[in-house]
Amino acid sequence: MMRRSMLFLPGNNPNMLINGNCLGSDAVIFDLEDAVAPDQKDAARILVRNTLKYMDFRGCERIVRINSIGTPYWKEDLKALLPYKPDLILLPKTECAEDILTIDAYMTELGSQTGVMALIETALGVENAFCIASASKRVKALFLGAEDLTADLRCKRTKEGREIEYARHRLVVAARAAGVDVYDTPFTDVNDDEGIVSDASLAKALGFTGKASISPRHVEVINAVFSPTQKDVDYAYEVMEAIALAKEQGKGAISLHGKMIDAPIVARAEQTIAMAEALGMRRGDF
Amino acid sequence: MKIVKVASAGTLESSDAFVEVAPAGEGVSLEIDSVVYAQFGEAIRQTVLDVLKDCGVEAACVRVADRGALECVLRARVETAVLRGKGEE
Repeated sequence: MMRRSMLFLPGNNPNMLINGNCLGSDAVIFDLEDAVAPDQKDAARILVRNTLKYMDFRGCERIVRINSIGTPYWKEDLKALLPYKPDLILLPKTECAEDILTIDAYMTELGSQTGVMALIETALGVENAFCIASASKRVKALFLGAEDLTADLRCKRTKEGREIEYARHRLVVAARAAGVDVYDTPFTDVNDDEGIVSDASLAKALGFTGKASISPRHVEVINAVFSPTQKDVDYAYEVMEAIALAKEQGKGAISLHGKMIDAPIVARAEQTIAMAEALGMRRGDF
Repeated sequence: MKIVKVASAGTLESSDAFVEVAPAGEGVSLEIDSVVYAQFGEAIRQTVLDVLKDCGVEAACVRVADRGALECVLRARVETAVLRGKGEE
């Protein structure tokens, strides 16, 4: 499973929902929370349920952002949707391990084994990130939501994102320490083509697994940034050959282009090759 | 399930359908306005009747303004309108 890009689709907008599998993202997020007005929660829930039930999203993961456990809607959301097996449930406003245990217990009661992605978008959630990520095996990933977070921090959300530097670092470390994936907040200026490149590149450099988007326009850039380059792929194969040679020679490490190849570099090479294979990339000439 | 009040769901936007249900004495009366009526009018009618039957609605006045909704969308809008218009069970 590869999840470089995740595209939000408003849960009560049929035009977006039915075309969601043609927009190039690795995953779509059917949104029942912020994109849906309170008096349309029922309509969106039924529409998203039918989309899960009838539409073919082969090759594109289906994630549903339900309403938070502080609302009267979340149990109804789960009851309606889980029988149609979404790939993941995105739980907004996750603030502590208890939130995970609460949703875990209810999903277990409903007989579901679907995983949960925890959306961290409050100061308390950021501080509790590791506890959230490790609260249950059902947690598959953390996801930073910067718009709500900056409101909670009482600061302005900027394109440069200095105000969320700490949260980004904290979430990456917490998620990796817990052994789960981690996703970066959307870049919200849909007309800034250069801004999305630098924002996605920063997220990739910090260690995020992928990035969410609120616009189909950003999907291609995010996919490109989070894909290995041909140079990365070729180097990864060279590493694997070098380490195989080292094993033959009974060595734990070996030098490649003047640099020592050891376990962490091999692990990264294996990740790169796995991703290249998923993308259909082949080894080039070198 | 009995329809006890006028209720609606959906919109008039592209790929959606606006569905209105209202109480009726007996039987189902169905009015359909669709941009693709010539080609899909009968299929729309059958879908609406299927959902009403699944919901246990035996009497209702139903009006559908279709803007090219897929069947899964039309089904969702009919079901939502019915649930909004139903009486206490």
